[in-house]
Amino acid sequence: MTNALSRLLETNDWLMADGATGTNLFNMGLGAGDPPEFWNETETDKIRTLYHGAVDSGSDIFLTNSFGANASRLKLHNAQDRAYELSRLAAAIAREIADAAGRPVVVAGSVGPTGEIMEPVGTLTHASAVEMFHETAEGLKDGGADVLWVETISAPEEYRAAAEGFKLAGMPWCGTMSFDTAGRTMMGVTSSDMVQMVAGIENAPLAFGANCGTGASDILRTVLGFVAQGTEMPVIAKGNAGIPKYQDGHIHYDGTPELMADYAVLARDCGARIIGGCCGTMPEHLRAMREALENRPRGERPTLERIVAALGPFSSENDGTGDNIAPKRERRGGRRKS
Amino acid sequence: MSEDDDIILSELDDDELVQQMFDDLYDGLKEEIQEGVNILLERGWAPYDVLTKALVGGMTIVGKDFRDRILFVPEVLLAANAMKGGMFILKPLLAETGAPTIGKMVIGTVKGDIHDIGKNLVGMMMEGAGFEVVDLGINNPVDAYLDTAEKEGADIVGMSALLTTTMPYMKVVIDTMIERGIRENYIVLVGGAPLNEEFGKAIGADAYCRDAAVAVETAKEHVLRKHNRAKAG
Repeated sequence: MTNALSRLLETNDWLMADGATGTNLFNMGLGAGDPPEFWNETETDKIRTLYHGAVDSGSDIFLTNSFGANASRLKLHNAQDRAYELSRLAAAIAREIADAAGRPVVVAGSVGPTGEIMEPVGTLTHASAVEMFHETAEGLKDGGADVLWVETISAPEEYRAAAEGFKLAGMPWCGTMSFDTAGRTMMGVTSSDMVQMVAGIENAPLAFGANCGTGASDILRTVLGFVAQGTEMPVIAKGNAGIPKYQDGHIHYDGTPELMADYAVLARDCGARIIGGCCGTMPEHLRAMREALENRPRGERPTLERIVAALGPFSSENDGTGDNIAPKRERRGGRRKS
Repeated sequence: MSEDDDIILSELDDDELVQQMFDDLYDGLKEEIQEGVNILLERGWAPYDVLTKALVGGMTIVGKDFRDRILFVPEVLLAANAMKGGMFILKPLLAETGAPTIGKMVIGTVKGDIHDIGKNLVGMMMEGAGFEVVDLGINNPVDAYLDTAEKEGADIVGMSALLTTTMPYMKVVIDTMIERGIRENYIVLVGGAPLNEEFGKAIGADAYCRDAAVAVETAKEHVLRKHNRAKAG
């Protein structure tokens, strides 16, 4: 079965995704703590502007404004029953923009984490997680999304629950995790762990990878970790535009468009096929990335040293893969773990 | 005893039992921890000693390995849960015996910020270290922090933010404390993904804590200093 994304992947060796959603919306006046998804209904022109920012800057794929449109997140705003509706609106506005683009552009229905910790460690059951993801998926599907796109996930259980919810909706999908803790996700997943986890999922994604995380350097180390496993599945890299810095009472991301252009080309050299940005990545960054991807030649797969030289240091010495990992405490033995 | 034998906790002497409880906390075994706590109490241990020597001792190891990226959030949460099982038994006994408390923390995410996983982790780890934790939940204005801290007689005010747009609110809370002349009454700890040490200093917090393990260590140090100051004064 083909879809808009699989067709583009067949005919292009790389595709550009979009940049930030939150950073753009905050610049348009979204208040801190306000749910961006409400704007799908109340500020549709601003959401159009957000989508245009990506499409007009050359993105082949852009994500809908539905990251927090699941029952668990919306509950914090007393809108737990609006996940379907707000997701559908997010995708419907996106569909309109994509269809008017004059070239094939993929509407990717963004699905963020529930924000809960799943059993057995936390309290969210697998069944409730699947149900929430399914509800959001149905909304995005009915709004006209081409594919679903789960992102910023930390726990493998949650990634699998999303896959199951998407299967119920009968939608193709992609999924990325956020490697923000010394090269691992918050829940300790390494790049190689993720490759194995994804390989075990019944309804396989079209592509998998990393988004957000720490800086541009870290995410490329993660991409190298994916390809080192010999995966055949297309790899996604959506890194932040540098690192947030606090200056004169304001926060801004320190990555320049030039840096993001270098990052994009290096991401492709590392083996990523879908390349975009995340927090702090504005239309000017995307334009610089597109220009660089189109005009600069492919290079060899970069070494870690070259990544550091081009984009700056890593946030941690290693990323949890390889041999030099500190061992766990030596236990006395004899206890049977039930 | 062969490697595969089940350990009989009641057959271990005190030192061995405490060591085994360290292992069981590390492995997040709640029932075994509760059993260990009961055995120590039956042997005449003071509740405060069970708390500090067995439970807090074990959680310190977990905290160090979390800090050193040997353990990750899932293991730490299971360990904290096991610890909580032990605390459930000890809490009423500690109150009865009038044992000293390790410290009390009021914690919440700042106004505008609804992201609470980090805050919850810190809360659980602090409880794991024996602190009393008053959880304000999400989206807290200045008064929620200050009124609760006063009412509860807290030692520590902990603020968390995940968003770059909400972290400046921490300064509003600290500035209000200064205005009201109560800044010195509290240890102010701040944390959250986009923060760093420089930011913590810039807004006048006592410390920025990179993660939950660091928060616990920092809290212990500062409470000790506060108590010493109180004694000296």
